[in-house]
Amino acid sequence: MVSILKRSLAVIMLLIIGYWLAQGLSGIPFGQDKMLVGKYYLDNVIRQTGAINAVTAVVVNYRGFDTLGEVTVLFIASTGVGALLWAKRRERTAKTEGSIVLKTGIRLLTPFVILFGAYIFIHGHLTPGGGFPGGATIATAFLLLYMAYTMYEIPRRAFENTEGVAGMSYVIVALIGLAIGGYFLFDWIWQTWHFGVNNVGRILSGGFIPVIYTIIGIKVGTELSGIIDNMLREEVRE
Amino acid sequence: MISAYYFGAISLVLIGLYAVLVKKNVLKMLIGLSIMETGVNLLLVSIGYIYGRSAPILSEGIGPNQAVDPIPQALVLTAIVIGVATTAMALSVAIILYQKYGTLNVEEIRRLRG
Repeated sequence: MVSILKRSLAVIMLLIIGYWLAQGLSGIPFGQDKMLVGKYYLDNVIRQTGAINAVTAVVVNYRGFDTLGEVTVLFIASTGVGALLWAKRRERTAKTEGSIVLKTGIRLLTPFVILFGAYIFIHGHLTPGGGFPGGATIATAFLLLYMAYTMYEIPRRAFENTEGVAGMSYVIVALIGLAIGGYFLFDWIWQTWHFGVNNVGRILSGGFIPVIYTIIGIKVGTELSGIIDNMLREEVRE
Repeated sequence: MISAYYFGAISLVLIGLYAVLVKKNVLKMLIGLSIMETGVNLLLVSIGYIYGRSAPILSEGIGPNQAVDPIPQALVLTAIVIGVATTAMALSVAIILYQKYGTLNVEEIRRLRG
């Protein structure tokens, strides 16, 4: 009885919220050209960044500082997961192995999944994707390994070191920009060296976008694998 | 009359909110939060859409006047990553709750604490 009352109360509240949201959104025309800043980015993206994918140019180049903060948030989250689930001794306690289909398939597919992830983040300035989806794809390979084999564990120390080195090299690339161009995250490869000016639309262009996206891809991949590893190992008491 | 995309986005937010309000299992509440997040992302992307235009990748045949707004898409890229981070944190808190109380039902957890 109480639960029905609570439920109907929740539904009424949701209807009111939904009505007001729809009321507010009806003032925003769908499918019309509303661009202000976006127009500037689209007009100048090839000349200023060398990338043809405007989204990744905005993420890495125009708003690179924001992305550095985003990478920091992800790092804090993975540290937080590690701290919350910390225990003296933890082991994998899964008892059932994956089926033969899963195990054989994953043994064959893992290198290709990692290769595809690398493809996504290296081509971030040309095709949809970038460092974050690429890193997530790489982490998927390790998740599949965890699902198939009960004994599998990632090389934890190596992954943590890789993650740290990747995070530092992002800051170092940004600091080189500070030294050459005068501000943090200055695109020195494109604006000072003019590297790949005749190559726009091919892989060797885009200034520091592929460099930073490679760093981000490695960092996100190792970080998400670390989160998976932290969640799948359970505390063992002697 | 609002567009179908806005309607879908609002519906997703409301479905997620319903799960957060009504469900008692912590994991189901977290799934509700994720659904709400998807709704907000869909709303942002659909606000940036322009009729008849292509993705903001300026390869052959797509000029600056034939692409949709890139900024909402960049924002959503950020929002998805932050969403993954918060979901991971919340799930590990749920793991700790289960280890401590042996249940994921919020009402029982509240009773056990008192």
